[in-house]
Amino acid sequence: MSTAPPDADELSRRVAAFLAEHDPAATDRLKFLRARFDAGLAWVHYPRGLGGCDAPRALQRDVDRLFAKAGAPTNRPERNGIGLGMAAPTLLAAGTDEQRARFLRPLWTGEDIWCQLFSEPGAGSDLAALGTRAVRDGDRWIVNGQKVWTSMAHEARWGLLVTRTDPDVPKHRGMTYFVLDMTAPGVEVRPLRQLTGEAEFNEVFLTDVEIPDAHRLGEVGDGWRVSTHTLMNERVSIGGAAVPRESGMIGVVAGLWRDRPELRTPGLHGELMRLWVEVEAARLAGERLRQSLAAGRPGPEGSGTKLAFAKLNQEVSGLELEMLGTDGLRYDDWTMRRPSEVDFTRRSPGYRYLRAKGNSIEGGTSEILRGIIAERVLGLPGEIRVDKDVPWKDLPK
Amino acid sequence: MTDLLYGEIESDLRGGVRDLLAGKAPWTGVLAGVEKDDPFDADLWHALAGRFGAAGLAVPEELGGAGASWREAAVVAEEIGRAVAPVPFLTSAVMATAALLAAGESDLVGDLAEGERIAVLAVPFGTPPGEPPARVRVAGGALTGEVPGVADGLAADVLLVPAADGLYAVDAADAGRAPVTSLDMTRRLADTAFDGAPARRVADGPGAVRAGLLTGAALLASEQLGIAEGCLDATVAHVKTRYQFGRPIGSYQALKHRLADLWTAITQARAVARHAAACAAAGDPDLEIAVAVAQAHCSAVAVKAAEECVQMHGGIGFTWEHSAHLYLKRAKSAAIALGTPDRHRAALAALVDLPPA
Repeated sequence: MSTAPPDADELSRRVAAFLAEHDPAATDRLKFLRARFDAGLAWVHYPRGLGGCDAPRALQRDVDRLFAKAGAPTNRPERNGIGLGMAAPTLLAAGTDEQRARFLRPLWTGEDIWCQLFSEPGAGSDLAALGTRAVRDGDRWIVNGQKVWTSMAHEARWGLLVTRTDPDVPKHRGMTYFVLDMTAPGVEVRPLRQLTGEAEFNEVFLTDVEIPDAHRLGEVGDGWRVSTHTLMNERVSIGGAAVPRESGMIGVVAGLWRDRPELRTPGLHGELMRLWVEVEAARLAGERLRQSLAAGRPGPEGSGTKLAFAKLNQEVSGLELEMLGTDGLRYDDWTMRRPSEVDFTRRSPGYRYLRAKGNSIEGGTSEILRGIIAERVLGLPGEIRVDKDVPWKDLPK
Repeated sequence: MTDLLYGEIESDLRGGVRDLLAGKAPWTGVLAGVEKDDPFDADLWHALAGRFGAAGLAVPEELGGAGASWREAAVVAEEIGRAVAPVPFLTSAVMATAALLAAGESDLVGDLAEGERIAVLAVPFGTPPGEPPARVRVAGGALTGEVPGVADGLAADVLLVPAADGLYAVDAADAGRAPVTSLDMTRRLADTAFDGAPARRVADGPGAVRAGLLTGAALLASEQLGIAEGCLDATVAHVKTRYQFGRPIGSYQALKHRLADLWTAITQARAVARHAAACAAAGDPDLEIAVAVAQAHCSAVAVKAAEECVQMHGGIGFTWEHSAHLYLKRAKSAAIALGTPDRHRAALAALVDLPPA
């Protein structure tokens, strides 16, 4: 094997050689995935020995396509979004060699599902205010506190946990980051029912939970810096395929308009066309961002895209309900379900309307995003801070 | 999917146009110009169209142009919008040129490309793409009738007049032209009248006019993008340095969040304007939809940006001595030009099969 990073041709040769040795039809699924990881063909931009081969990230799509064409099993990435999208880059950036070697392989194969234990009832937008305490006791830590909005906690094997380890220094400095064993005694996961009736998320209560110091990620007191690795990756969208016109909720409403002439009024038509244009403009802006990323020129437009889609999802789903009149008042199901992914299209219009309310809160509220755009893109002055040099324990809570 | 980014050549072109406009058309000069009788800045136009070659970008080389495309021309339109420059770029280098190219005309189009002459489509500036009603009668090769509200009508050497059976070129000297005190004095209107004016038919049927209006509407979106960007830049610069209550006013969320929303809307305007220009350049079948979307969206964004620019500048933004009103007037006029957003949404409804009630 050469030492230079492989190019597209070399990678496709390696995939072909791998497939020749591991027939997807005749190999056990997990065995196949582990072997793919060990061959450095899992996430090709990762280092050698950790599932990659230092290849350019852009080549991942080609590799995935070749495996898909051969009918190879996938690692079911939709089930482990936090693991693949957030835990892995954080482990890569801040983990020790032992931690990477232990966690990354079963993470990639999907054997281990991961969750993220960041938000708390008292620390939402202001994540650095979190108060879950970790106290050192020799070569272990004792953790007490409560986390919230944790998706997949009920299925996760590991959690990314940020804690308060020093309450006597300003909030950003006294935090420490751990990998939490979700099966450890004292970890209690409860479903968090949302206004749609279902529970996509959980609350996680931590009572005298022991974490070995070997599971600390980064230095003591360095938790804020480590968590920025996790959060940076939350908003990175990896160039997928172009989104077709009339995708998502506007397609649902446009279809309704075409199918049900009796619902049409002049006012609704004006509103529909206004929203159709706005959604198309947002779609094209997303497409332009995708093209910039593909050309290796990432821009700051991502925050704007999320801001726009949150607002538009809410307005479009609201319009759909109004178009339907009395029919819009029929809700499909209030029972508490535990969906593993959000599916807007297979639920009732009322569900769409209600679920869309979360779009401007989850993953950074629209208000926080506007602040980020104003300060980081436009360079406007920051907020007046009253918490900067105050020890965490003295902050009003 | 069209390429929505700017290439290296386009970025170089932008730099050149921006430098030229900064040197020859600072906003103070534009402001002084709006109270003069000259209907446009002839010196600036000669520099931009003649020496710089901006008027012929989309014209093939064999016809005297640069052999580039409407994509590059759209970059020039952005910079003209950003500088609220009083030049007949949209009217002559885009609308008239596109109409003549569609007609296969090869004489006048070369003069327009080189900036030797100026031609404009004689239609009321608010005319949306589609088939404009002919306002003049043709008899024995001469035109009779009136067309009010023609943009850059006084700047024109040649008027391209739609009639029932095609498009006619009339020497401006043979037409009556009355200046209109215009909402936007950086792109003035003229009421035109033809009284047996000798005319040369340059196109049969409505195709050429339609091409002129559609291409004009596509590139007007880029001008509107430039207007909006100019307003956002000026406003951001102002709120960073204007202090009230001991703080820069740009530190207040009441302004920051609105500017963030405006920035987001402008990133969308950039994408839809690029798509419309790319469709015009490639003759893409999506052109009509792209233009309707671009006009409905960019019109609103440019007006919003100019209105926020006035408001966030406070008292100074309401004065004659500040540039904000030049942008407000140009933005509002541009929103009505070539079809209001509502007309474009109505056109779009038909194009994407969302019929009215």
